[in-house]
Amino acid sequence: MTVYAPPGTEGSVVEYRSRYDHWIGGEYLPPAKGEYFENPSPVTGQTFTEVARGTAEDIEAALDAAHGAAPAWARTSVTERANILNKIADRMEANLEKIAVAEAWENGKPVRETLAADIPLAIDHFRYFAGAIRAQEGSISEIDGDTIAYHFHEPLGVVGQIIPWNFPILMATWKLAPALAAGNAVVLKPAEQTPASILLLMDLIGDLLPPGVVNVVNGFGVEAGKPLASSPRIAKIAFTGETTTGRLIMQYASQNIIPVTLELGGKSPNIFFSDVASAQDDFYDKALEGFTMFALNQGEVCTCPSRALIQADIYDQFLGDAVERTKAVKQGNPLDTETMIGAQASNDQLEKILSYIDIGKQEGARVLTGGERAELGGELAGGYYVTPTIFEGNNAMRIFQEEIFGPVVSVTSFDEFDDAMKIANDTLYGLGAGVWSREAGTAYRAGRTIQAGRVWTNCYHAYPAAAAFGGYKGSGVGRENHKMMLDHYQQTKNLLVSYAPQKLGFF
Amino acid sequence: MNHDGAGHLPQVEAHRVDLTQAAADLLVRLRERHGELMFHQSGGCCDGSSPMCYPQGDFLTSEADVHLGDLVVQAGAGVESGGEPTFTVPVWMSRTQFEYWRHTHLTIDVVPGRGAGFSVEAPEGVRFLIRSRLLSDEESEALSSSGR
Repeated sequence: MTVYAPPGTEGSVVEYRSRYDHWIGGEYLPPAKGEYFENPSPVTGQTFTEVARGTAEDIEAALDAAHGAAPAWARTSVTERANILNKIADRMEANLEKIAVAEAWENGKPVRETLAADIPLAIDHFRYFAGAIRAQEGSISEIDGDTIAYHFHEPLGVVGQIIPWNFPILMATWKLAPALAAGNAVVLKPAEQTPASILLLMDLIGDLLPPGVVNVVNGFGVEAGKPLASSPRIAKIAFTGETTTGRLIMQYASQNIIPVTLELGGKSPNIFFSDVASAQDDFYDKALEGFTMFALNQGEVCTCPSRALIQADIYDQFLGDAVERTKAVKQGNPLDTETMIGAQASNDQLEKILSYIDIGKQEGARVLTGGERAELGGELAGGYYVTPTIFEGNNAMRIFQEEIFGPVVSVTSFDEFDDAMKIANDTLYGLGAGVWSREAGTAYRAGRTIQAGRVWTNCYHAYPAAAAFGGYKGSGVGRENHKMMLDHYQQTKNLLVSYAPQKLGFF
Repeated sequence: MNHDGAGHLPQVEAHRVDLTQAAADLLVRLRERHGELMFHQSGGCCDGSSPMCYPQGDFLTSEADVHLGDLVVQAGAGVESGGEPTFTVPVWMSRTQFEYWRHTHLTIDVVPGRGAGFSVEAPEGVRFLIRSRLLSDEESEALSSSGR
């Protein structure tokens, strides 16, 4: 067991700067209007650094830097770019513990997750796209003996990326790695809840990239995100967030006729068929862990398995065991490696979760465990903690239909396969799903019937590079985490070449 | 209050959406800076389930949306200098989301916090928040008979 010291205190492995400017053109530039905003840690509610409050002027400066760097970056060979991505990964690996502790402090998530998942996955992601871009090939179509269509991949140019706060570094990496591999320059706007950890990362890796290839501008959505998303100087916008902002970003993109990729969340069903409980073995234990995954990252995951559907004949037994497993989740200081669930990322996030627990109770859902703010006392007293909560209800309730983005799961039962599929698909969203069965045919048919981009089958919350991730229905547009994301950051150049000397004969 | 087609008033005056005094006070300040305002209720990830406040017309509503109602807000100091005593802020939600929300009454409140998205209140260090309760049978009846 290890309890890390908070960044910047005696004995800590990492230190944040006391103030962060914008990272533009390979250096820190103060905000044009000279304003900064405070950045509190959700662990204690106390401010630990201040961050530049960007405006349209800063976005323009970043776009200038990006446009200055983009042509030369686009001309680099794939070997050069892949080597840089690999060096970024190596540098991150050498500083893994620092980055992991820093991210946990800024986001409130348990350090055991950042050490074992967030940062290792980010490192691997850079390596994956280093490999993918080396292996990418264009194509040739032989139209006829003398006419050939060549297809080349070309970068889009300068792209905008807006990053969410739930995995500040991993989500930035999901967008940066393919964009850079494909040869684009980037202007990136982190979430205002987690503006500093990505800059701590830039302090570590910034020297590996040509100036201006990656630019980071912080600030509030309306002041910095909007000028970026609506800028006619970007060739693409990528966004992870919620549906209304997603629509607004699509609207801006339509005005500039540029492509968008959107990842807009979900309300993922986690389905447990009867045979899961046919033996009390490792698999049963794994399925119970799969249920409890709703508490991973405090439930602040777009694919949180926030609806559990349990077949009626095992409902009482499985749910009873699942409640016990959930009660065993250890909540506490995120910097303690024994802690399984940390703090919600912000006060308004905490308030929103509590408002959902309230409407859940009003709608008649039964609280089986949790259902309240966790008062942890001591130096954590000002932090934002919620006890893992299990509701029992039905799929028409708001808590079954809206993404709470907290450690809250809503449980119901089903009788037959078709009932499970009907409930699973009765949602606006289609990002993730979980299917648990020992019977391969059942699991396969369920996976193919559920309208979601990712169906974890006898597992949950794994995010390896090379497994495509993205949404059906209201959950968005595009697929991250896979080489197909390169296509979202590339133009296709077709050279249609005639080798025939003869004229067509039309004129 | 809406009249129904026959010119009769509904038995119960019912609204789908209201706001707290703190939210009203904030809207007065935001309107001075941004002009007329609107809300669109979000769903999904991260800041989903939050009411997003935009300058009126910034977010294009369409047949895909339902107009839940207009918040009537007491105007601020401008009243004495001859301004209108109240202003309205329309509240919208996507039609598909409304199907899952229609049995609930919404109150727009405000809490300290830091929302993302492009909602105009975020730089103030506060965040609009939806509080919900079930509509009573009488309210539901009144709303459906007035076509809302």
